[in-house]
Amino acid sequence: MDYLLNETQKMVVDLTRKIAREKITPAVAAHYDETEEFPWDIMKILADAGLFGVYIPEQYGGLGGGIFELCLVTEELSRACGGISICYAATALGAYPILMSGSEEQKKKYMPDIAAGKKLAAFGLTEPNAGSDAGGIQTTARKEGDHYVINGTKQWITNGGEAEVYTIVAMTDRTKGARGATVFILDKGMPGFEFGKKEKKMGIRASATRELIFNDCKVSADRVLGKEGMGFIIAMRNFDGSRPGVGAQALGIAQGALDDAIAYARQRIQFGKPIISFQAIQHMLADMATQVEAARALIYATARMIDAGVKDIAKESCMSKLFPSDTAMKVTTDAVQIFGGYGYMREYPVEKRMRDAKITQIYEGTNQIQRNVIALQLIKQSAKGQKD
Amino acid sequence: MNIIVCIKQVPDTAAIQLVRINPQTNTLVREGIPAIINPFDENAIEEGLRLREKYGGEVTVLSMGPPQVEKALKDAIAMGADKAVLLCDRAFAGADTLATSYTLACAIKKMGNYDLLLFGKQAIDGDTAQVGPGVAEHLGIPQVTFVRKIEIENQTIRAERTLEDSFELVEAKLPILVTVTKEMNTPRYPSLKGMMKAKAAQITVWGLQDIDADPNRVGLTGSTTQVIKIFTPEMRKKGEILRGEPDQMAEALVGKLRDSKVL
Repeated sequence: MDYLLNETQKMVVDLTRKIAREKITPAVAAHYDETEEFPWDIMKILADAGLFGVYIPEQYGGLGGGIFELCLVTEELSRACGGISICYAATALGAYPILMSGSEEQKKKYMPDIAAGKKLAAFGLTEPNAGSDAGGIQTTARKEGDHYVINGTKQWITNGGEAEVYTIVAMTDRTKGARGATVFILDKGMPGFEFGKKEKKMGIRASATRELIFNDCKVSADRVLGKEGMGFIIAMRNFDGSRPGVGAQALGIAQGALDDAIAYARQRIQFGKPIISFQAIQHMLADMATQVEAARALIYATARMIDAGVKDIAKESCMSKLFPSDTAMKVTTDAVQIFGGYGYMREYPVEKRMRDAKITQIYEGTNQIQRNVIALQLIKQSAKGQKD
Repeated sequence: MNIIVCIKQVPDTAAIQLVRINPQTNTLVREGIPAIINPFDENAIEEGLRLREKYGGEVTVLSMGPPQVEKALKDAIAMGADKAVLLCDRAFAGADTLATSYTLACAIKKMGNYDLLLFGKQAIDGDTAQVGPGVAEHLGIPQVTFVRKIEIENQTIRAERTLEDSFELVEAKLPILVTVTKEMNTPRYPSLKGMMKAKAAQITVWGLQDIDADPNRVGLTGSTTQVIKIFTPEMRKKGEILRGEPDQMAEALVGKLRDSKVL
């Protein structure tokens, strides 16, 4: 399908695709999957190519694009490796709150280095007792004079330990519930800010998932993002903007699995013929391709809507993560099926894609939470008499 | 440090199955074949950019060829080159390595003010490795070929030449011409900002008059070699393997040798 990308967007896709093909070969993806090392060499190449700045305005050293360009890069990288792609995309999740809600000083201080890929970023919300129920956050930021003292532990933070810049959510006033949360910008290496356990995961194993530990971490008031008490609003707006990116990750993983399945079905001979000549395989591939294209159309349309500045995007944003991630799970499972016994072996690339796909149904809000939000929007819109 | 990198646009080896020779002219049919910068020339560009990053100055890329070579020059700008010059004139067409190196040398003389000329060790289409050395001769400057490493200090270059089973360390004064091998570096990818710059960049185009070249020494007229014929060597016929007991095989072999009048 022709999505009528502009010249710059085509350039972004071509460059990312070239780098992904040449530098994130199946062997490279398998290496990082096996070793769980952080792919710094690939991050360096993406940084030098300017890809970390695609969604950042030009005055902060970026290319001046938006969520759509971020999705295009994430999709192409994920087609090669869903783990490496998220090391790239998670930086946007950490940086986007600064871009959206930061003061001019904060943006000037952080965004140019992030745009240049000199610093990776990470977003810290999840805690052992606060996942889907973000209201359960126990990390606190106690005000003492002109600064805050942060205590608590964040869990499963993507890019944890590798990133230089962290935007984290802490409770400044427990009594106010959701209105008592505040986002802080922290730098790696600040006294009282340390890293805990690095997780061993089922998939996206190139990415680092780690605990952030705050032990009387003293931060000045100029590290508050937006205003005190705006934490949940910032976090929710961040997720509204980032869900299409998770959709794009899922989309790339699914497209990669589809590419693999088609190529394999053409060369695998059974009963004296390539298995792609069997209608059973053809119909599977046709369904996979149709679902992938539908996912792409939904993500691109949503990303363009967000970039155009449409205010009310919660529903579409959730859909753009829900459908592609469910699609990725289904398509990668079917790809393994088409590969048969070989597909189950780690020597072949599709079982990794299936493992990588699973997380996209879970993080950035489980797909059950996405359905809750979509349904809530349907009810609200119906009550207001909107059709849409 | 002012660096001029000479590059050639060549057919993409990934599309080698599309490459055909025009039997009339004995030249490559370039239409419809994706073109790329000669891979060794990419190493030359990369080295130029690294030296500029270290010592300052400018990197200019120079090429000769039809208008579509602008694409290769723009790709070099996307990688980070400062400017580009294309030598494009009907008079330049059909040049062999002698005429090509003369033409490039005329253009380089016109540019003047250079410290280092960089070339790839050879082009992957013609594979002659003659144009770089030819340019150095026309300009009367020293040359070091097949170089895998360069260091520059006080206007002196130390270069490692790759030989069959050893390497040679050569010292020389600037200005100098160097041809580089693949081992020298890993060419960078273009950056998005470089690509934007390249899109807007104006490529300087020079013809015969612009470079004060002798019309008798350029193009086909100035070429002392001519390709008479290009052909694909015939595939050797598949051999035959005799099977069976030794004496049966020996008998069969003698029979075959008699049949073919060898015995």
